[in-house]
Amino acid sequence: MNTDPESTAPVSVDALYAEADDWHVNAGGQTIHAKRIPGRWRTIKWAMASVWLIYLLGPYLRWDGRQAVLFDIPNRQYHLFSVTVLPQDFWMLSLLLLFFAILLAVMTALVGRVWCGFFCFQTVWTDVFTWIEERLEGPPAARRKLDAAPMSREKLKVRAIKHGLWLLIGFLTGFSFVSWFTDAPTLWWTFFTGQANGAAYVTVALFTAGTYVLAGFLREQTCFWLCPYARIQGVMLDRSTIVPTYDERRGEPRGRVKREDEGERTTGDCVDCNQCLAVCPTGVDIRRGQQEGCITCALCLDACDQVMDKVGRPRGLIRYASLDEFEGRSTSRLWLRPRVWVYVLILGLSLSGILYGLTSLDPLELRVLHERAPLFVLQSDGSIQNKYTLKILNKTHEPLAVTVRATGHDDLTLVGAEQPIETMPGGVTPATVFVRIPREALESEQQPIVFRIEAERTTGEPALTERESVFVGPEPRSD
Amino acid sequence: MADHNPFPGENNTGHVWDDNIRELKNPPPRWWMQGFWLSIIWVVGYSILYPTWPVGDDANRGLLGWTQIKEYEQGVERIEAKRAEFEDRIRELSADQILADPGLKQYTLASAKVLFGDNCAACHGSGGQGNPGYPVLADDDWLYGGTTAKLTETITGGRQSLMPAHKTILTEPEVDTLAHWVVQMNETGGEGGSEAGWTLFKTKGCVACHGQTANGHVVDLPNGDFIGVGAANLRDGIWRFEPGGFESARHTILYGVNQKDVPESRNAVMPAFAEPAGKLSEQDIKKLVVYVHSLGGGM
Repeated sequence: MNTDPESTAPVSVDALYAEADDWHVNAGGQTIHAKRIPGRWRTIKWAMASVWLIYLLGPYLRWDGRQAVLFDIPNRQYHLFSVTVLPQDFWMLSLLLLFFAILLAVMTALVGRVWCGFFCFQTVWTDVFTWIEERLEGPPAARRKLDAAPMSREKLKVRAIKHGLWLLIGFLTGFSFVSWFTDAPTLWWTFFTGQANGAAYVTVALFTAGTYVLAGFLREQTCFWLCPYARIQGVMLDRSTIVPTYDERRGEPRGRVKREDEGERTTGDCVDCNQCLAVCPTGVDIRRGQQEGCITCALCLDACDQVMDKVGRPRGLIRYASLDEFEGRSTSRLWLRPRVWVYVLILGLSLSGILYGLTSLDPLELRVLHERAPLFVLQSDGSIQNKYTLKILNKTHEPLAVTVRATGHDDLTLVGAEQPIETMPGGVTPATVFVRIPREALESEQQPIVFRIEAERTTGEPALTERESVFVGPEPRSD
Repeated sequence: MADHNPFPGENNTGHVWDDNIRELKNPPPRWWMQGFWLSIIWVVGYSILYPTWPVGDDANRGLLGWTQIKEYEQGVERIEAKRAEFEDRIRELSADQILADPGLKQYTLASAKVLFGDNCAACHGSGGQGNPGYPVLADDDWLYGGTTAKLTETITGGRQSLMPAHKTILTEPEVDTLAHWVVQMNETGGEGGSEAGWTLFKTKGCVACHGQTANGHVVDLPNGDFIGVGAANLRDGIWRFEPGGFESARHTILYGVNQKDVPESRNAVMPAFAEPAGKLSEQDIKKLVVYVHSLGGGM
């Protein structure tokens, strides 16, 4: 390509373009119509995807006469079966987020983008949408033909049904989402009689539109250009990670099956049938190696194995394998990497934190605010008085009459808590109390005071908790 | 730039410089470009509906007529509607009834905290902790009484007590004896005052205001309340005028309180806060009474 033989520089300029012929960017110009074939990984994929049935059906689970899992935002209460979590316990949510973030990291370090390929809602919903497409419009070739065909009655009918079903799935997706935040059976009634919360309609509308556009049209474009996790996970892979890989050494050079003795074959095992490319939902060619478009869904493994069976060559030309394996290194490093163990350790810690939190939820919680202006006052009878604001949080479902006691000094008198304090369920009740100690009995300027609150629940169980505060007085007289 | 493309098979734009430097095609994703055009359409629609373009010092109005100040005012209206429910009940009930209702009391305290900060805290301190010359409101030592009725009276009309200057009435030794007696009374809770002191206290007219037992009560009422004229309780450990002690007590006895023609006299004036002299409505005063009563020494 060098037009001037005397110049030396253009050689290196051309080197810059060496990959240009090979370079292909999927900018979404054409729809990918992937072939669907049965197989081992196809079955596993459906099984994994069925996890999302929990999302669709979970809201209808009942527990103790109410929705088993309900995120009641207006009342700031989060019901998980028999446990109710209030915003005060939300530190557990951060542990939960940590748990899932690390779970993603450890899974990716071990088996690559398994989330993308098998669990991600984008993948699963797109899978369902294209399944519907295939039922209605036929295999990929028929679909491409229909895409190119002019609009006709028949095409309009098929398309209307398809888009109708897509929108219906979109609606169910949004409706299921909202159902986690409000009583699901009631929502079915209120939603269609126009009595549901405005936020519910907006959310369902957004989800319907979002699902329709993302799974119906954007599809692999989401993974290529929208999703940050796809990029983050890409850097979590290393040479020990097992991912669907084309065995280049076994496969190359590619060549069609010829009528010759297997022993005299000069080509590799790859018969260049392009089935791996045909079944790929993101349109990548796995034979070009690990690349950003690959969501590791393993559908090309099914396709290749099927062909290998037909031509009588061993399966596994494309298989789950690591770079270590192909380069002849020990594959035990998959498990023996420090990062795997650190991830597992963090997983364990966050999980035990959550379990600790869920099992130690006190029905009552107490905060004590010591008045600072004034820190203390001298009363007419010669005693020192401190003022405290108690904030009592009742985390149960019943009103509780809470009795308050204070300890920490033999001569203290608690004033203002003679009657039990009535607290409402799921809310904070403030109460002002005073503690008095005769000045003569005070030995130091500051001393700890422990407030203890107690109530009896309707079940007869006691609910109690305590909190330490401080009692402040004047400097003791030196005499 | 070349007229023809010397690299026809390559994914380039046809722009070639210096024979071999060419621009390759790297388009943004299609959905991205679609979003770009959609956002421009959005801006057009938005600017028709909402204020967007600067017009002089102002902006175009927008078909929906939305303004920030309108949204703010609606927010205030919503809050006021919620408050009205409580305010109506406060208007109908007495301060004592409000104190007996935990929910209403809580609202009143929160609401009156602002009133207290604006009107009372300058002298009495943010938490009623008092200041030199200005009584503590968080203790149970009241010059005029700590019942809701007395507190209402105090805030409404203000208070101004009088104590004559005894410089010309008593001799120096008499003043010293009395000042010592006041310190003794203060330190012992009223039990250790000297005989000489008691005699002077009773014969020189002090009892008229400070009461027979020197507790500042002119008349004790059967309901636990008392009638007083603002004279200090001399039996407790609390000093009316800082810093307290012999010199401080002696100064008060010599020059009195609120004596216009005695320059050294103590000043102790609380202005009237009720309208029209002050700026507080009856409702505000009722809330403040509940607040002050709850500071720690209400009776």
